[in-house]
Amino acid sequence: MKRLNGIRLPMKRRAQEKQITALPLPKLVRIPMLMHMGDACEPTVKPDEYVYVGQEIGRPVSDAAVPVHASVSGTVSVISEYQMPDGATVPCVEIVPDGQQVIHPDCQPPKIEKKQDLIDAARKSGCVGLGGSGDLTFQKLSRAEKISVLVLNGAECETCLASDLRMMLENPDQILGGAALLQKVLKIKDVRIGVQSNQPAAIRALTDAAESAKGITVCPLPPVYPQGEKRVLVYHTTGIVVPEDKEPEEIGVLVLNVSTCAFLYQYAQTGIPLVERVVTVDGNAVPKACNLLVPIGTPVIDLLLYASCELDLVKQIWCGGAMMGVSYPTFRASVTKPQNGIIALKNPKKERTVGDCIRCGKCMRACPMNLIPAELDRAYEDRDVRMLTDLHAGICMNCGCCTYVCPANRPLAEHIQRAKTLLSNT
Amino acid sequence: MNKLSVESTPHIRSRSSVSGMMLCAIAALLPAVIAGVLYYGKNAALILLTTVGSAFLFELIGSLIIRRKQSVHDLSAVVTGLILGMLLPPDLALWKAALGSFIAIILVKQMFGGIGRNFANPAAVAWIAMRLIFAKDMTTWRVPDTGAITRVTPLVSGGTGYWDLLLGNYASYIGTGCAAALLLGMIFLCFSGIISPAAPVAFLGSFALLTWIGGYDVLSQLLTGSLVLAACFMACDYTTTPFTVSGKLLFGLGCGILTFLIRHYGGFAEGAVFAVVLMNLLTPAINRITRKHPFGAVEHKKERKKKKPEVESVSV
Repeated sequence: MKRLNGIRLPMKRRAQEKQITALPLPKLVRIPMLMHMGDACEPTVKPDEYVYVGQEIGRPVSDAAVPVHASVSGTVSVISEYQMPDGATVPCVEIVPDGQQVIHPDCQPPKIEKKQDLIDAARKSGCVGLGGSGDLTFQKLSRAEKISVLVLNGAECETCLASDLRMMLENPDQILGGAALLQKVLKIKDVRIGVQSNQPAAIRALTDAAESAKGITVCPLPPVYPQGEKRVLVYHTTGIVVPEDKEPEEIGVLVLNVSTCAFLYQYAQTGIPLVERVVTVDGNAVPKACNLLVPIGTPVIDLLLYASCELDLVKQIWCGGAMMGVSYPTFRASVTKPQNGIIALKNPKKERTVGDCIRCGKCMRACPMNLIPAELDRAYEDRDVRMLTDLHAGICMNCGCCTYVCPANRPLAEHIQRAKTLLSNT
Repeated sequence: MNKLSVESTPHIRSRSSVSGMMLCAIAALLPAVIAGVLYYGKNAALILLTTVGSAFLFELIGSLIIRRKQSVHDLSAVVTGLILGMLLPPDLALWKAALGSFIAIILVKQMFGGIGRNFANPAAVAWIAMRLIFAKDMTTWRVPDTGAITRVTPLVSGGTGYWDLLLGNYASYIGTGCAAALLLGMIFLCFSGIISPAAPVAFLGSFALLTWIGGYDVLSQLLTGSLVLAACFMACDYTTTPFTVSGKLLFGLGCGILTFLIRHYGGFAEGAVFAVVLMNLLTPAINRITRKHPFGAVEHKKERKKKKPEVESVSV
């Protein structure tokens, strides 16, 4: 089987040896009403109301949403506005924790026997893809007719991030418990877990834990970026090519992040919805890189201060890794459900002079999808819609490999994203 | 607290740069340049300085006149000037050499949109123009040992030993003689990952095969003339050769066949540079047919040609 292209990133994962530690409860949590792909929720609580851990505080108003739950017990202080990285604002519930972490009495382990139970559970628990994408898990499950393979994503190929890796090392049983649950309910025989081959400890931990389980294989992935993208992952673990106009679920492959899978298991055991997650804190403005278990909605500043970061030096913050992490416009941000890392940087932005394309073809050799970024870039500059369609601009997943390798510093990936918008508007 | 800066992803870049790649190309050309200067002395050095300097200057002026973003610092003009200089005979008048740079940089490169947009290799087109304009000067060579002026190269006369051909100890252009130095430069570029060996190998391979079939002396045909320079440094130019490995192989194959045909059936003793330019013109077509199938791509349904909307006639 031919491997897909990719790039070797300078791998510095300072947090990979650091155990997951729980962050002390913050003084205030700000929970935005939109943390996933889809539509925002509507706040259901009022200021001065007491809320429990796991209580629903945001109600979905459309089918493309899951409820938002309080991650701490305490008093709602205010319903404010939250600025998303893309500039849009959504309502946001601010809660002052009382430190008791009283769990809502309605949080009871659900009965999951049929597929519909699982879909309901995934929806009710507020489950979204924890690997960074923020896909709605219940939508994935309901899109699927018949699942033949379950692919668990433990690739975590981005720089700096280690939250999934720590999950695989510390809680392999939860991941496999989740896999077993899905196997039983969806009658899946084949489970593949993709882990990069440069993480032998994680591969060993999962293989050991999977010894007694049936049909679970750990697949080593090449140590190149990107591997965590679903089409690349599905191809490298199963050899199945997902057509561009279909999602993996539609051809019988369910892809879940290892952390999402572990969460589904936890939910089936305890009935506590998605109220906390593991976040890697790193970057050159952070002296002590760490992996923190934090309540959803914790201000990003609290995490940075815990990692002894000097906020005055910070010039840039990424939500996620260096290749795909969105940069935050302000410090006033909270930890959201799909957020797997916070990277704070102190070096000032380097001026990059953008040159003309010399057509060296490096971008083409780096592209995992066999696209020709240089030609797409040129077609976008000419607003040549027909050429863009011919070159299959829609396949691009914005992994950024082309921009990374370009000797002329062209923002190829950005231009292709704009081209995709152009295509969808015409 | 500071204002945070926002940028699009990815936030990190590899270290490669255009000027870095061009510097590598210059370094790869240097052994052959030095060999040329050693064989042909001061005059050769002056010609090379003229072509490089004037190419640099024309790039600077050209961008200014066309009001394009200044691109002279990417050093691509220096590479063009160097390759052109290497393709000139050692006793050419300097103004003629500068005219060659003008054709290469202004007419072929800048007029067509600057770096990355030229339709054919600037140095190759300039050389062809000069070969036609200064037909006599461009075919007057000097034998390195004796200093004797000659109008024929071993390509036509034959009878030179293989070692002399490999090391460049015969009447040739400034930079094309020492095939060993050129090959050394190309191997360096291949190993540093700057170029792919596909096109040069296909070029030299197909030419050698045809020569062998035709019953000619393969080695002396391979080592003489501008063939090695054209194969090693023109057939792997970025802008004017195909993207994919299969495209590069096809390009090299075409060059090899054309060179053989021109040398043995054409009116010129030299064929390689003509072949490269002819294949340059085919590059967009080769790129189109050798395009890789994108991963998971579904062919778009062919749109039927829509009938042209009938134009309502306007009565006056």
